[in-house]
Amino acid sequence: MTTQSSEAAAGHAAEVAEKGMPQLDFSTFPNQIFWLLVTLVVVYLILTKLALPRISSVLAERQGTITNDLAAAEELKRKAEDAEGAYNKALADARAEAQRIATETRAEIQADLDRAMEKANAEIAAKSAEAAKAIAEIRESAMETVKDVAADVARDVVVALGGKADKRSITAAVNARLKG
Amino acid sequence: MAAEAEGGTGLVFHPMKQFKIEPLFGEGPIHWYTITNQTLWMALAVLTIFLLLVVGTSRRALVPSRIQSVGELAYGFIYRMVEDVVGKDGVKYFPYVMTLFMFIVVSNFLGLIPFSFTTTSHIAITAVLALLVFVGVTILGFVKNGIGFLKLFWVSSAPAALRPVLAIIELISYFVRPVSHSIRLAGNIMAGHAVIKVFAGFAAVLAIAPLSLLGVVAMFGMDMLVAFVQAYVFTILTCVYLKDALHPSH
Amino acid sequence: MEGDIVQMGAYIGAGLACMGMGGAAVGVGSIVGNYLSGALRNPSAASGQTAMLFIGIAFSEAFGIFSFLVALLLMFAV
Repeated sequence: MTTQSSEAAAGHAAEVAEKGMPQLDFSTFPNQIFWLLVTLVVVYLILTKLALPRISSVLAERQGTITNDLAAAEELKRKAEDAEGAYNKALADARAEAQRIATETRAEIQADLDRAMEKANAEIAAKSAEAAKAIAEIRESAMETVKDVAADVARDVVVALGGKADKRSITAAVNARLKG
Repeated sequence: MAAEAEGGTGLVFHPMKQFKIEPLFGEGPIHWYTITNQTLWMALAVLTIFLLLVVGTSRRALVPSRIQSVGELAYGFIYRMVEDVVGKDGVKYFPYVMTLFMFIVVSNFLGLIPFSFTTTSHIAITAVLALLVFVGVTILGFVKNGIGFLKLFWVSSAPAALRPVLAIIELISYFVRPVSHSIRLAGNIMAGHAVIKVFAGFAAVLAIAPLSLLGVVAMFGMDMLVAFVQAYVFTILTCVYLKDALHPSH
Repeated sequence: MEGDIVQMGAYIGAGLACMGMGGAAVGVGSIVGNYLSGALRNPSAASGQTAMLFIGIAFSEAFGIFSFLVALLLMFAV
């Protein structure tokens, strides 16, 4: 059986080989060319009538969508930038306002402080003047008392020494002594 | 069972048999209208293109599904190629280039399915494709530029004495274009498939069967690359020829 | 096996034709190597030249494919 099959195979191969290359079998050429032209025309019609317009429209549509999306993204970006600018401006305004309020408050407080300080100074000055006056009075009265006491003592001393107490001359002497 | 086939009479199966064109229904001679296995696979290529580019994009999703993004990728790939190579005024020929590219790339990849038939491995097919490009580009060149199209062969930057010689060389290379254009595609695809078959034939000898299977896998990967690169090359050469027709001056 | 001399010549010729693929391999390697060294010198300009890279590869690879085709023709068509 094996020899038979190998013989059959060899015979088959030889039979085909006798015919040579199928590519050079000119009797099939009209058939090939005819069906090739039919195929090409059909492919051309399929492509031009159906496939290419559809694919190009899909691609154009996608391109359009991408362009639109990019434009929308650009728009959104612009808006975001605007919003950021507004936010920054508001922030700067608020900061300036806070600065202003702080300055004002500080000035107010300073003014209050100054006023209070002035008032206190004035009070202190008044009180110290009063006190100085009182001290001066006290000193005055003390001086008077000293004079009197000195005159009394001097008279008493003079009297005790057996002198004659002359009130006027004693006072003058005391005064002279106190001045000296 | 085929392990004993090393009778010296050749391979177990013929590497060229896969390219044989047979009538799909019944026997008999192949007339020009006969539906053959090649017709079937061309129809399947059309169906694949339809599924990929029409059904796949039918949802018109803004965020594409996988199939839709493949279609869009192919569209963008060829559109950019035409725009880059030919220029802005070449965009109106984009549908023709796209037709060529889609047909070739889908046929190449369908041909990689085991037991399938590779349409683009036939010289007749690629020759017609290349001749369509050649004739179309030549007519377009004369329509767009009139007799000025012949400036393509007159290399004005070369020394005057050399110009006639260069003109002859340019003329020959211009007429060789469709030949190399078509044989490159068919030859690459046919070579890849034939080599896979040869490796698969070695698998009949048990001693080297693992090695040959490894070779089949490696060649299959190589053919995946070739299938795309050859479609790309065919398309970009079409674009280059189109550019020559639209702007013939060197 | 009693192959005739024509077939023997065809097979030898097919083997010889396959040597042409080596030239294509050298060419493709040279293109990619030069592209890579250029790209490493100036990486920013590399991405703009990948199209030229593939065109160059395709052109030089085409000749290897031609030789392969000649080999196939000798094997199966002569």
